[in-house]
Formats: sequence, structure tokens, C-alpha cells
Amino acid sequence: MSETPTPILELRGVTKRFGSVQALNEVDFEVRNGEVMALVGDNGAGKSTLIKSVAGIHPIDEGQIFFDGKPVKIAGPKEAAKLGIEVVYQDLALCDNLDVVQNMFLGRELHDPFFRLREAPMEQRTAETLKSLSVTTIRSVRQPVATLSGGQRQSVAVARAVLWNNRVVFLDEPTAALGVAQTRQVLDLVKRLSEQGLAVVIVSHNLVDVFEVADRITVLRLGRNVGVYDKDQTNQQEIVEAITFGAPAAEPSGAAA
Amino acid sequence: MSTAAPAEVQAAAEDQDSLLSIVRARWVAIRSGDVGSLPVIVGIIAISLFYSSKTDIFFSAVNFQNLIGQMAGVTAIAVGVVFVLLIGEIDLSIGFVSGVASVAVAEFQMTGSSHDYPGLIAIAFTLLLGAAIGLAQGSIIALIGVPSFVVTLAGLLIAQGAILQLLGTQGVIGIEDTQINDVANYVLSPTTGWIVAGVFTAGLAAATIGTYVSRRRAGLRTGNFVLAIARVVFFGGLAFAAVHVCNGAQPRPGVPLVGLIILFMVVLGSYVAGRTTFGRHVYSVGGNAEAARRSGINVRLIRIFVFMISGATAAMGGIIFASRLNSVQLTAGGGTILLDAISAAVIGGVSLFGGRGRVSGALFGGLIIGMISNGNDLLGYSDAVKYITTGAILLAAVTLDTVARRRQAATGR
Repeated sequence: MSETPTPILELRGVTKRFGSVQALNEVDFEVRNGEVMALVGDNGAGKSTLIKSVAGIHPIDEGQIFFDGKPVKIAGPKEAAKLGIEVVYQDLALCDNLDVVQNMFLGRELHDPFFRLREAPMEQRTAETLKSLSVTTIRSVRQPVATLSGGQRQSVAVARAVLWNNRVVFLDEPTAALGVAQTRQVLDLVKRLSEQGLAVVIVSHNLVDVFEVADRITVLRLGRNVGVYDKDQTNQQEIVEAITFGAPAAEPSGAAA
Repeated sequence: MSTAAPAEVQAAAEDQDSLLSIVRARWVAIRSGDVGSLPVIVGIIAISLFYSSKTDIFFSAVNFQNLIGQMAGVTAIAVGVVFVLLIGEIDLSIGFVSGVASVAVAEFQMTGSSHDYPGLIAIAFTLLLGAAIGLAQGSIIALIGVPSFVVTLAGLLIAQGAILQLLGTQGVIGIEDTQINDVANYVLSPTTGWIVAGVFTAGLAAATIGTYVSRRRAGLRTGNFVLAIARVVFFGGLAFAAVHVCNGAQPRPGVPLVGLIILFMVVLGSYVAGRTTFGRHVYSVGGNAEAARRSGINVRLIRIFVFMISGATAAMGGIIFASRLNSVQLTAGGGTILLDAISAAVIGGVSLFGGRGRVSGALFGGLIIGMISNGNDLLGYSDAVKYITTGAILLAAVTLDTVARRRQAATGR
């Protein structure tokens, strides 16, 4: 399972400019099925731009994107969703006033030909999905999201990505606003996602979290990819150096893993 | 945390449907700021008791009939206001849009003119006109991004100007068309009244049982069956009681047609808001428009539709007002109509902050506003007293909404 030759999602030489600002400069990036890839870098390194490029919010200027080995163009969020790329944003895209089921199916509600909601199957599938991810702390799937804790809300947002059989899930700083126990909850969830065969990309500033869940780590610096590190063959210090000063003299193990 | 839970959760889930735990859950919800319909029920009872103690006429059959006619126009408008508030916007034009509709319906039926349409056609055109006004305002709000407060404030002035312009020379148009006059003045025969109550109760029962069966079949929590039936019995009973009272009214026994019209509007509105994808999207836009947009919902289209609903319901209110007076005057759409309609929705528990509330709130809020107005008229109080009481109740409702919101934020664990 670990040696998948073709990555599910691959970026080659991707460049993105905003006016005179070069946000991404010939970036290569890849993630494989069943893998947790961490994406790290200082503020302004291009992490968010990369996510938004793949999500179709900022279409790329140059370079190529391959999905499942085939070249694709992602011109809008709907095209990203159609491919099976889901992004869980930092500021959670949940509606506080709606309950868990309503949020899970938001914008993709099951309905009959007369646009009548089919509540029962939606509730069933929500419960099943949460169970498959071992999210047991949510008492009722009919409680409004406003009553949930930060960790539970993050779990709902992540579970929503799973519900739609997505292939690649981007998590933008999923643990940034969480306490210790809740962080644990979310990291466990991330591991279970990859165990289910999904490709997971986690963006985080917290290297402890990164080293706990990631299989590989991609470091961005000033819009360039300075290296891809195998978690087992690196350490926090090496990553910190790559983040702050760029690649060390010896080129790191790009595809060696 | 993921190891010990299952057995516990299971046990908790099973007795969650017992009466005792439902009451307990309700109490917790009230304390955390979700007061539901409690203040409205308390308000209706308190206001009834107050006016009943002052005058015997208040609790009479004929006054009940009268009350339905008095509250109908504002309640119809308030149904649209609920939708606008649900997406977190405001529509200040509804008062004078209803005035424009009054003028329009009178104009459309005018005998001896080139547009001497039959009543129902005139009504249909007027509703379309209301929706078109909503389309124009909603488009400016949703597509260009001008705040709804300003757009509809401008709409208010334009509509008022239009009324003055259209009525300027004669100042008043009489309505002779019987279909239009029947809207607010026709009473159903006693038998028809019973049938309506029967159909309403049967529909409610069918919906309740349908939900119960489909949830049970899917192996989901069904809620307490006794409580569900009690709800049907209560609201069905209320319908039969209302018919019974109206049928006892003299000199014209029977349920006013306009009562049926607003009931239909409220039921239809509740259905659209609660059971359709459109309704779900309305709530999501009010809760978190950005989340709705990212979920692929066409937020602009939802906003435009909602303002069209608001325009059409305001037009319906205008038709009811014109029908009630059998004419339209220069004052059409003015006075307290705007504030009464918004107050009705807010008193009915619809949040000004968007995303929370039910369409049925329009009916209950409209009832409270109508009762105060009706009771004060009976007691011969001045408009001053009416304004002050309505204002105080509105303030109380908005305060309650704000406190509820803050408590909900605070109890979100």
C-alpha cells in the first residue's frame, strides 16, 4: 500500500502570480492514496495559494496538474469537487444554525423530484459516516453545530469530506484553534482517513502534530518547494531549517521514499 | 474518549425519547437560550386574560371573527418578512409595496377603463407585480451588493411616490369587483368551515405519521409517539375550536375566507422553509453565507428569490387591505403596516440576526399584534397606548432574541 507508483494528485512546475507577487514558483507536489502528506512552511510560503489552486479558487498560471495520472484543468471549485478533491478550510465552512446532518449534506441534499428533502436517508448516512470514523463524542446528529466543541466541529467538517467519497482531502490548519484533547481527536481522525485509503494533505504550523500523523513532509519556502522529506528519515530540526533557510547543501530525498 | 462511549451512548439514545427526558432536554434547551415558542404562548395567554378582564366583547365570537380580518393583512406580509429575516436581510419597502399592490388591484379591476380585468386576474397580476418589485430590489442587493437596508429604504420612498402619483388626481379608487372584495369579507359556510378544519387536521396527522413511519423504517430515532399525536390533537383541536367559535358568530356565522388564506400561506411557507432544499438553503445563507457559497449553493439566487417572496406576500397583504376597505386611498401602505409586519415576525421568534425562526412565527406574532390593536380599539384607548404597548412588546421580543443568541454562544461547548 505504501509504494503506489502513480500519485493520486500531482503538481508539476506550478506557477501562480498575483500581479508582481510570485506566490508559487515552479512548485512540484504530490500525494498518494492512503498517505498523509504534510505541507509546511512559514507565513507567505505559498501553502494557502497551493490549496486554493488545487481547489479551483485561484486557477494556476503555468504548470500541470495530474489527477490519477491524467492531466486535468481545475478552473473552479465545482471541478475540484467533481474530481474528488475536498478542502476543509481553517475557518470551518459550517453553518452554526444547522444541525450535523444538515451541515453534512449542505448544498448536496438528498431530495425527491419535487425538491422535498429526504431526511431519513441523510440522517442514516451521517450516522454511518461518523461511526466509520469513530466519532463517538457527538451525542445527537440532530443537534445544531453551534452546540458542538471545536474538535467536534472539525470532526463534522472532516466527516463531510469523507461522506462524498472524496479521493484527496486537504485540511488547512485543522488543529490550530483546538485544545489538547480535541487535537488528539482530530489527529486520530486524520489517521483513520488515510487508513480508509484517502490521500490526506494536512497544512500545519505545529511540527509535533505533523510528525505524529504525516508519512511525508513537503516544505515550501517563498513560493518554492525546497524538499520532500520522509518522516522516518528526518527530524524536527531539519524541517525547521528547511522552513527558515531553505534546502541544505545536499538535495533532500525527493522521490527516494 | 473513543473507547468507553458506545454502550453509554446507546443507553442514552434509548431513553432520550421518554417523556421525562424530553421535558428535561427541553428545560436544558430553554436555559441555554433556545426558548422556542414559550414566550409567544405566554404572551397570547397574558394578552387574552388582560383584555378579557376589561371587556366581555373581547372573548366573543364576533370579535374573534373580526380579529381574523384585522390581523390578516399584516400576517400575510409577515410571512415574507420571515424569509427575509432568515437570510439575515431586511425589507423596509413591504409597507408601501403593499400600498402599491392595493392601488394596483383597484386599478386592474376599474370598471370603464381599458384594464377592466376580472377579480382573480387582477389579483394574479398584482401578485406578479409584487414579485417583480422584489426581483428588482433583490437583484440590486444580491448582484451588486448594495445593503438591503438602503435598497429597500429607497424602494419604500419610490413606492410611496408611486402611490401618490397614481392616486394623485382622484385620491381614492373604489373596488366594485366582488371577487376582490370577497378576499377579506367573505365568510365560509359553517359546513365548509368544518371540512377545512377536518382537512387541516388530517393533513397534519398524515405528515406526522409519514415522518414517523419513514424514520422508523430507516431505523432512526422516532421521537415520542404519544407526544407527536398530542401535537396533532392540540393543533387539530385548535382548528376545530376556531371553526366552532366563528360558526357561532352573529350576524354572519362562519370562518372568514381571509383566515383560510393566511393559514394556507403559513402552511405553504412552513413547508417550503422546513421541507425543501430551497428552504434549507435559505437557512444556510442566514447562518453562514460563506459556508453556503463554498458548499456550492447559489447564494445570490437564493437572496433574489427571497426578496421576490417578500414582494409577493406584501402584495397579498395589500390586496387584503384594499379588499377589507372595498377601496384604496392615499394612505395605503402607510401607518404602522411596515413596523407591524416586522414586529410580527420578530415577536413570533424569528431572529433579526438571520438563520433562526419559523414561518409559523408570522402567524403567532401577527395574532399578538392583532390582539393588542383589537383590544385597545375595544377599550377605546388612543393610538398612543397602542403604539406604546406594541413598541414595548417588540423591544421585549428583540431583547429576548439577543439574550438567547448570547446564551447560545456561551453554552456552545
